[in-house]
Amino acid sequence: MRIKLEKRLNPSVFMLVATPIASVLLTMLIGLIVFDALGIDGIRAVTDIFFTPLLAAYKWQDVAVKAAPLVIIALGISLGNRAQVWNIGAEGQYIIGALAAAGVAMAFGTTGGFFVITLMIAAGVLGGAFWGAIPAWLRVNYRVNEILSSLMLTYVAIQVLGYLIGGPWKDPNGRNFPQTAPLAPDQTLPILFPGTTIHLGVAIAFVLPFVFWVLTARSVFGFQIRVVGSAPDAARHGGFNTRQTIWMTLVISGAMAGLAGALELSGALRNINLGFPSGYGFTAIIVAFLGRLHPIGCLIAGIVLAVTYVGGQVAQTSVHIPNSTAGIFQAMMLFFILASDIFVRYRVRLVGRPGKAAAVEAGE
Amino acid sequence: MSLTFIIAAIVTIVGLTTPILLAALGELVVEKSGVLNLGVEGMMLIGAISGFAVTVITGNPWLGVLGAAAGGAVASLTFAVLVLQLNSNQVATGLALTIFGSGLSSLLGLSFTGRIIPVFGSIFPASLARDPILKVFFGYSPIVYFAIFMVFVVGWFLRSTRAGMILRAVGENDLSAHSIGYSVVGVRYGAIAFGGAMAGIGGAYFTMVITPMWAEGMTAGRGWIAVALVVFAGWRTGRILAGAYFFGVLMALELYAKAAGFSFLPSQFWAAMPYLMTIVAIAFISAREKTGSSAPACLGKPFLASS
Repeated sequence: MRIKLEKRLNPSVFMLVATPIASVLLTMLIGLIVFDALGIDGIRAVTDIFFTPLLAAYKWQDVAVKAAPLVIIALGISLGNRAQVWNIGAEGQYIIGALAAAGVAMAFGTTGGFFVITLMIAAGVLGGAFWGAIPAWLRVNYRVNEILSSLMLTYVAIQVLGYLIGGPWKDPNGRNFPQTAPLAPDQTLPILFPGTTIHLGVAIAFVLPFVFWVLTARSVFGFQIRVVGSAPDAARHGGFNTRQTIWMTLVISGAMAGLAGALELSGALRNINLGFPSGYGFTAIIVAFLGRLHPIGCLIAGIVLAVTYVGGQVAQTSVHIPNSTAGIFQAMMLFFILASDIFVRYRVRLVGRPGKAAAVEAGE
Repeated sequence: MSLTFIIAAIVTIVGLTTPILLAALGELVVEKSGVLNLGVEGMMLIGAISGFAVTVITGNPWLGVLGAAAGGAVASLTFAVLVLQLNSNQVATGLALTIFGSGLSSLLGLSFTGRIIPVFGSIFPASLARDPILKVFFGYSPIVYFAIFMVFVVGWFLRSTRAGMILRAVGENDLSAHSIGYSVVGVRYGAIAFGGAMAGIGGAYFTMVITPMWAEGMTAGRGWIAVALVVFAGWRTGRILAGAYFFGVLMALELYAKAAGFSFLPSQFWAAMPYLMTIVAIAFISAREKTGSSAPACLGKPFLASS
């Protein structure tokens, strides 16, 4: 017996949906075994990480607020990945987006209201789009690999943030901590449900996947992205412009990350300190893959990853596992989802050796 | 500029260069075999904590380096199984390895935070290693000499050995190499494990030499610079050495600018410099080449034998 791979003509839809679920379940199982081996109550730890945030109603708002940036960033990343354009610098675009929004807020002093908030968000989108446009420009004109340039720009963005909040934008009343002054009350996003932390950005994160779904499924641009990604030669013959695709995907995914940064600033955090870059831009890469690069998949996967963040904090207090454990779980999910790709693209068959089969037949 | 200053500067530059040089040499061999492993940063972090942990436990930094190499290699094998056996996407799997490495290293590192370790003694007599002038040649950690030595080993291996030729053949044309009987997957396993071990030692340089202690995420993106360096060097060993020192000088500039308190430019400007220059350097190199032909032809492409 040996394993034989047969390429499927079309990716298996069943496997596309089943493998992410299996990946999450497998991650739980491995986590349970590893925790038990480490002398930690495995069932308690896995329950707290994956289920407590869903079962305890007071944790839902935390999950929703954490999921919002992940979903929004992942939408942009998955758009690029479909076209084989790899934006792994979303973290930097997220930072620049937030800084742009903070800059607008500062320019208006304590003035707020609909106009100023809209302007802040627009600045965030533009800031992120600009930071995403740099790798596009470099790739199109100088053939610089966008993986490297977008990532390098993340480190540059972190330095820009450090400079601004420690220098010209430093909060004068901040006891000399490097951070911006808190936004004026009228510069923050409205809270959707009084008494919770669920802000307008959460609603945006919930609606955007459906907008993306309709746009990518129905528009020529959506088709173009899929063709450029899966069959670059065919795309050229069909008159689709690869350069344009690179520009569009990187600018859009930068804009999404910038939007997430602006919403996080104005909806959740209210000021920018050195802890602002918390890795959402990187986790969103996992979200995009776990969501199979589909907008609705990104929504669901964003919630799953947000659950592990919130659950990780629960488990930190309940079974005293370190905060970084959630990161390991997230990476494990990504490993499993990538490993399971083979079931989507290939039919895996167990076949007898031809020689052996012939011998069995002859023996009959 | 006094001689002591110049010597101090050279010592600093050599120190900053060594980890990226080690990691880039490993990644060069991986990429020459046709595999793109973007997990260098993660493997460096795992090497950093494994090397530190083994040194704390055994009290022997030499065993620590071995531990770092083993840690990096084991981490790289998760990547190898996924991309070689399951044909997963190499870019995404490499990213997963980096995310996994930073999570795992910070988990493992918890019980080692604040610990101190014995550092390497010099392999040269103290009269040479401590000499205010001769230390520029003899005053380094053994890992530094190992890194330089490996530049020649890797260059010789790729250029002049039969095994190196097979490895390059696998990277340039996997189907042909397969059809004349070479094990594409086997060669790539070896290359990936070597890359992991080298990245692991590079990471250990941070925890065992630069600052003998553990801190989360202490490689600070140097693994990515190592990946960029391979592109920047046009997949040539000699240029990797030159490129690594170019970045070493840039990173030293940051330290000296901070120390000198250059007030006309913020310190963040100098900190961002290596990353900016990486982009500029790659743009310069890539734009100059006509077809980008110096990259191994099968780089990043999955290999599936038809039978």
